[in-house]
Amino acid sequence: MIRVENLHKSFGDEEILKGITTTFEKGKTNLIIGQSGSGKTVFLKCLLGLFDAEKGEIYYGEKAINDMDDDEKKELREHMGMVFQGGALFDSMTVEENVMFPLRMFTKKKKDEMLHRVNEVLDRVNLVNANKKFPSEISGGMQKRVAIARAIVNYPRFLFCDEPNSGLDPKTAILIDNLIQEITKEYDITTVVNTHDMNSVMEIGEKIIFLQKGTLAWQGDNSQIFKTDNKDVTDFVYSSDLFKKIRDIQNLEG
Amino acid sequence: MKYLADIGSYFIMLKQVFSRPTKGSVLKELILKEIDELVIDSLGIVIFISFFVGGVVAIQTALNISNPLIPDYLVGFATRQSIILEFAPTFMSIIMAGKMGSFITSSIGSMRVTEQIDALEVMGINPLNYLVFPKIIALLLYPFVIAISMFLGILGGWVAGVYGGFSTSDAFIRGLQEDFISFHIVYAFIKTFAFAFILATVPSWQGFFMKGGALEVGKASTNSFVWTSVLIILTNYIITSLLLS
Repeated sequence: MIRVENLHKSFGDEEILKGITTTFEKGKTNLIIGQSGSGKTVFLKCLLGLFDAEKGEIYYGEKAINDMDDDEKKELREHMGMVFQGGALFDSMTVEENVMFPLRMFTKKKKDEMLHRVNEVLDRVNLVNANKKFPSEISGGMQKRVAIARAIVNYPRFLFCDEPNSGLDPKTAILIDNLIQEITKEYDITTVVNTHDMNSVMEIGEKIIFLQKGTLAWQGDNSQIFKTDNKDVTDFVYSSDLFKKIRDIQNLEG
Repeated sequence: MKYLADIGSYFIMLKQVFSRPTKGSVLKELILKEIDELVIDSLGIVIFISFFVGGVVAIQTALNISNPLIPDYLVGFATRQSIILEFAPTFMSIIMAGKMGSFITSSIGSMRVTEQIDALEVMGINPLNYLVFPKIIALLLYPFVIAISMFLGILGGWVAGVYGGFSTSDAFIRGLQEDFISFHIVYAFIKTFAFAFILATVPSWQGFFMKGGALEVGKASTNSFVWTSVLIILTNYIITSLLLS
């Protein structure tokens, strides 16, 4: 579990995060949603430790990240998996080498053991016959699968995904969403997904926090988000014509 | 003020390059890869330029000394001095700032743009040690490149001088041996080591701290060449003042 207490972050005079308090639960896909500029990415980067918060605490388990020494932080990061928006695959390495990278860096496994684990996770993300290809030779959806495989190869306790569906067609996007949710259950990990894709909200939003101008405006799950009377949330949810029509049909059906 | 901040960030980077080392077995592979990309891949252009510039130096010297009072071995002497003292260590390093430096800046800059450096950080890896330290170690072999450049520059001078009819082989070789000061070789290699460090770190610094997208990667590569060249010229002046004056 990740617990966030009163998190503040500014850049110069501009306050981006204004006292966020929430928890991300283990075994669930936790979604951070909000409009562009609402502070989602900054929040995620604070959780990852890429940005230092000015005020507030982030607890991984029982220990606050600010109370950890360098060794504890290093150990924590070895247990984090991250799927970046663009995949962030190392383009000088093949798919196999990319996925093997965390094992080479943090374990003392032999080459054949590492290869076995790599093939296991590539199989898990339904990626076959791509081991020797370079990231530039595979599609965007396949790159996301490789990024997920790399993130889970070393059995992480925390999985972070920054807009994993961006740039993907709707069908592939749903496949990636489902894969993230299945892996969360299978590995029993705390997953945090940063998204503004309403399909993801409907598919995998077991816990959703809605950010609005750097504040936590609403939190709940995907069954509650369509019933809330929070105007900011309804404006966001029903910003597309498709969802407006779904709402109208639901209203007609009573 | 910006220049002070830049100088500060360069030295902070250097401190981080030597902290939190990468796992030994991975580092070994990275160093071998950098030797291949930075040193071995540069040999072709170094060989080509050195040979022909050596030839041009010999021809230019010969054409400008028609006075019979000037000894005929001066062609070899001038070629040796020009190549060993300045052309091979300094001007070859400026050429390498364009070839090697742009490669380093654009490859690290592209990693920054595509979040690959963020990925390293999230995994708990020190990206500066992972990316820059192997380049510094690989470029410890840079003096060998310069040694090859010295040899081929002088060989090019001999070929152009003798076969172009500007000097005899005996006179050219006498010129190479005349008034030879072995400390000049030491001086040339001392500054080569300093240039190697600049070549590894300044382009890395430009690439690592760049902001923006693909266009900015190009701008960073240009800045990298300018900064590296300026620093090589300044360092050359300082070392020459300290060691030869």
